[in-house]
Amino acid sequence: MNERASVVELRKVSKEFGRGHVRALEDIDLEVRPGEFISLIGPSGCGKSTLLRIVGDLIQPSGGEVVVNGKTARQARIDRDYGIVFQDAVLFDWRTVEKNIALPLETLRWDRTKRSERVQELVDLVELKGFEKHHPWQLSGGMQQRVSIARALSFRPPLLLMDEPFGALDEMTRERLNLELLRIWQQSGSTVVFVTHSIAEAVFLSTHVVVMSPRPGRIVGTVDVDLAQPRGFETREEPRFAELVREVRRLLRTGGGFEVEEPEDEERFIVAEEGL
Amino acid sequence: MSTTVVEPIPRGTLGARVGRSLWDWFPAVVVFVAGIALWEGLVRGLDVQNFLLPPPSDIARTLWTERDTLWGAAWFTFQEAVGGWVLGCSAGILAAMLFARWPPLAAALLPFAIAANAVPIIAFAPITNNWFGALNQTSKMVIAAVLCFFPVLINTIRGLTSVRPQQIELMRSYAAGQLTVFRRVRFPNALPFIFTGLKVATVLAMIGAIVGDYFGGSQDALGIQIRRQAGVFAFTEAWAAIVAASILGILFYVAVAAVERLTMGWLPSTGGPAE
Repeated sequence: MNERASVVELRKVSKEFGRGHVRALEDIDLEVRPGEFISLIGPSGCGKSTLLRIVGDLIQPSGGEVVVNGKTARQARIDRDYGIVFQDAVLFDWRTVEKNIALPLETLRWDRTKRSERVQELVDLVELKGFEKHHPWQLSGGMQQRVSIARALSFRPPLLLMDEPFGALDEMTRERLNLELLRIWQQSGSTVVFVTHSIAEAVFLSTHVVVMSPRPGRIVGTVDVDLAQPRGFETREEPRFAELVREVRRLLRTGGGFEVEEPEDEERFIVAEEGL
Repeated sequence: MSTTVVEPIPRGTLGARVGRSLWDWFPAVVVFVAGIALWEGLVRGLDVQNFLLPPPSDIARTLWTERDTLWGAAWFTFQEAVGGWVLGCSAGILAAMLFARWPPLAAALLPFAIAANAVPIIAFAPITNNWFGALNQTSKMVIAAVLCFFPVLINTIRGLTSVRPQQIELMRSYAAGQLTVFRRVRFPNALPFIFTGLKVATVLAMIGAIVGDYFGGSQDALGIQIRRQAGVFAFTEAWAAIVAASILGILFYVAVAAVERLTMGWLPSTGGPAE
């Protein structure tokens, strides 16, 4: 793959539901380059999850052009160019941890030894050693989400799509998984498109934060996050972090999305500013 | 499945588990023994006529003395029930798979299946006897099969179609075909529902077989035994036959439940979806 080529390219993408009564997305132009970590942030109803699904060819856009890995979104999906993680871990109760991780490999008809080698690597990567034979309901929410991430990475897709993956987790688990995700992202070298409604999370994780406005969903602006890599717990205490958070908030406000912001994010912002 | 209570199966040594489950059964055993004792006491104390209600001790004695005819007949009827169960359940699962795969087919036929489910199918027993021959087991198998068909059909359809949309989206992201989605998602998801149907069907199959017998058939059949003994005021014998039928019915149910347990060791709760 050409290093210059973008992994995702959206041109004038729009989406209408119910025969044009609801305009979910309008005029979306977005380019994601290899190795980038892009967060889509915005209040509920801004169409960020819809946008992610359009990239994954799980929803068809009403207009515009979608190019993933230099192909149509459909071809990219068929070629398994992306792995996806949802807010719910979407694990299969009848499968153990290792079998859940191996599911995409089974559909790709990898042979058994290759499969179990790869699963072992992934179990190490997401730090679930010793839980291979457990069933999903025996795991905490954070552990379930790690299984889901391992499953998405199993076939080494160049692109990782994440739809509010940590939205249902408690604050502490969320921060730990944020750190782990950064480590995994750096190790795997994949490109990530990450949907969230937490400002602090978006700034902490991303190389670029794309701010969206609601009804119809539009891109208000992009904040380039120039915080040094690798990032750690201290990153949130840096003055630059607070500045970037403020910038994202300002964009959200101009987009008219601020009144629906969740209180949880407010708290995080205050903590970040005070430096805990 | 969101209504299923998540409660892990306790892990421990086999001895501890058996011991624990014996203790779990203790209240039920007490009630059973007390019930039998009360029955015996009331029948003897109030001098209830034998044709109204024989005492349990008499029934137990008859069960033993008449064991050859009784168990022969019970086995004969049990075969009818199992045969009908296999037939009806297979047809139910197969039809459900077709309906789940082609929704227009379900839209066209399912209303009739539901309407037919409300028909007292057992009323057709004399007619199936007429169609398939009263003396052979086939006619009873057919009525048992028809009784089993609907609960299995309805439960299987529910299981196959109650898949979470995100599970389907996930499979779509792997570019998985219909067959893969069925094999990896829909069918395993439906298993608890299917087993619920299969368990209900064991009871219905026994009812179908015995009532089928009532409308005529081989003298070796349990239903015939019950009807004939009651007809000649041999009520203790009739009761003994009923007890034999109950024992086989319970064993049938327990056997299917055991297979369910073995198949679905992964299931967090002991049962499946609410029955």
